[in-house]
Amino acid sequence: MPDLAILSQVILSGIFIGFIYALVSVGLTVIYGVMDIVNFAHGEFLMLSMYVVFWLYALFRIDPIFGLPVSVLVLFVVGVLTHKLIVRPVLDAPMSAQIFVTCGLLVYLQGVAQFLWSPSYRLIQEPLLSGRLQVAGLNVSLAQGVAAIGALLTTAFVYWFIEKTETGRALQAVAEDRQAASLMGINSDRMFALAWGIGAACVGVAGALLANYYYIFPTVGTVFALIAFVAVALGGFGSVPGALVAGIIIGLVEVLSGFFIAPAYKEVTVFALYLVVVLVRPQGLLGEW
Amino acid sequence: MEETIVTEQARPFPIKTLILLLLAAALLAFPLVVSLPFPRRLMILILLYAMLGQAWNILGGFAGQVSLGHAAFFGVGAYTSTMLLMQLGLTPWLGMIAGGLVAVALSQLIGYPSFRLKGHYFVIATIVLAEIVHIMFTNWDYVGGAVGLTLPLLPESLINLQFHSGNAPYYYISLALLAIVMGVTYLITKTKPGYYFRSIKDDPEAARSLGISITRYKMFAMAVSAFFTGVGGAFYAQFVLYIDPNSVFSFMLSVLIMLIPVLGGIGTLWGPVLGAFILIPLSEFTRIYLGGVGGALDLVVYGALIMLVAIFEPRGIWALVERFFGGRK
Repeated sequence: MPDLAILSQVILSGIFIGFIYALVSVGLTVIYGVMDIVNFAHGEFLMLSMYVVFWLYALFRIDPIFGLPVSVLVLFVVGVLTHKLIVRPVLDAPMSAQIFVTCGLLVYLQGVAQFLWSPSYRLIQEPLLSGRLQVAGLNVSLAQGVAAIGALLTTAFVYWFIEKTETGRALQAVAEDRQAASLMGINSDRMFALAWGIGAACVGVAGALLANYYYIFPTVGTVFALIAFVAVALGGFGSVPGALVAGIIIGLVEVLSGFFIAPAYKEVTVFALYLVVVLVRPQGLLGEW
Repeated sequence: MEETIVTEQARPFPIKTLILLLLAAALLAFPLVVSLPFPRRLMILILLYAMLGQAWNILGGFAGQVSLGHAAFFGVGAYTSTMLLMQLGLTPWLGMIAGGLVAVALSQLIGYPSFRLKGHYFVIATIVLAEIVHIMFTNWDYVGGAVGLTLPLLPESLINLQFHSGNAPYYYISLALLAIVMGVTYLITKTKPGYYFRSIKDDPEAARSLGISITRYKMFAMAVSAFFTGVGGAFYAQFVLYIDPNSVFSFMLSVLIMLIPVLGGIGTLWGPVLGAFILIPLSEFTRIYLGGVGGALDLVVYGALIMLVAIFEPRGIWALVERFFGGRK
């Protein structure tokens, strides 16, 4: 029988990281939902945002909290540019070309990061968000707690934006039927660019929050992107609430299998979950919007 | 589809045959002319990667199923033959076949669930599979864990597939392997499976309505592809005599295996060969002349190439070659 205090601590950390996974997945699922395209460079977007925050801190002593808006802005622009420069030209190309462009971007960004910033691991030494709190007998890292809450709020905001605002409905309309939407006077190309901007901005938030306590290195995004693929498949491609639920489930699966099996295999369990989902329930837990 | 083939046969192209014969002669004579170890090594790598690229092409190019996890098949091929050699003393020739078969088994594991779904499910499944296998081997002490395996040095002989005095035999073996894979690919494109692959790729709905079992043919393409990738892995282990998870299971290896046919010409017989002749020297030279950071710079070039090809010439450089010579189509 495992120690309950340790187990509840483990579960808490699973939920915390789960919110981050959720936000990264929301970014992926928004792009997919609107465009039917999987952004294979999503993890590299996350890596970029972490480096944005890191360099703001290292060069100008700007704390990650204040670096966050900059990161969001930069990533929004990166997302829009990705659409304009490499995605739009292949919109009518076969699906393999759509897969190749974002894969190429993945490799390109990883190469650039290694070339410019070296493969070494970096850490933001003294962020404002540091130290620990005691909450209801649980030991909570302030940085992780704030990151989790921030990720949850951002997820909720994206959901609200898509469901309740005029622009969000326009996004949904384009996702539903490009032709019909353009007959209604919606500029689908602008909506596509917006979807990429929002999708990338989501990891702009996630990366800036993570940078408070996570190591920063050129391949840091890989694992997060893979987990986001699993989460998006589990939650249902295109579903924001699905991504949230799946993110939390995956956070829990990860820490619990690390706890009960072995830390080295925690991701194996998550990845195996993908194969199970694809086999048993390919439409995911919650369908498409 | 039928029509293009008929016109091709009706219009024989003797220059093509001539070029082929010259190419074959040049490849056969290469080790006789060039005795320096480095260019030979480079050629061996080119031939090996051309073979891997062609294996990928059978699945990704002809059957249209993009895989980003071929390192998994390469790695299990390398590990299977190496473990059989170290534990049972089995000749690497049989180890190669065993390695290929283990790769086939692995490929069918993810093929079955994901082929029923849209393309991106399969792509992600291949990445995920490769990652799982990578992590498993890194933590599996029986096969050397993260440290990897150093192959035992055996007396130089064909049966041991080890040659220490010169690498010409490795050269001819890699050439033979490439020839076999080229032959198999050619056969596939000229027989029923090839037509089925193309119909599945071009119009899956129509293919299904004609009664073609899409999943079965995709599984077949995947099996052939995985088999030869596993064989290539086993050959690599014998050639380098050292394997570890980070070199044989790395995601970037999967990317490279995909990039070769994508750059050269996806779904064409000669594209992967062309791609290997361009990419492998590029990567070797950046590594040599730019030292440690060269590894990153070749990623920059790879990434840029993938994007450029996908945007401007999805049919790869081979399409440019075809347009230049005689302008078929």
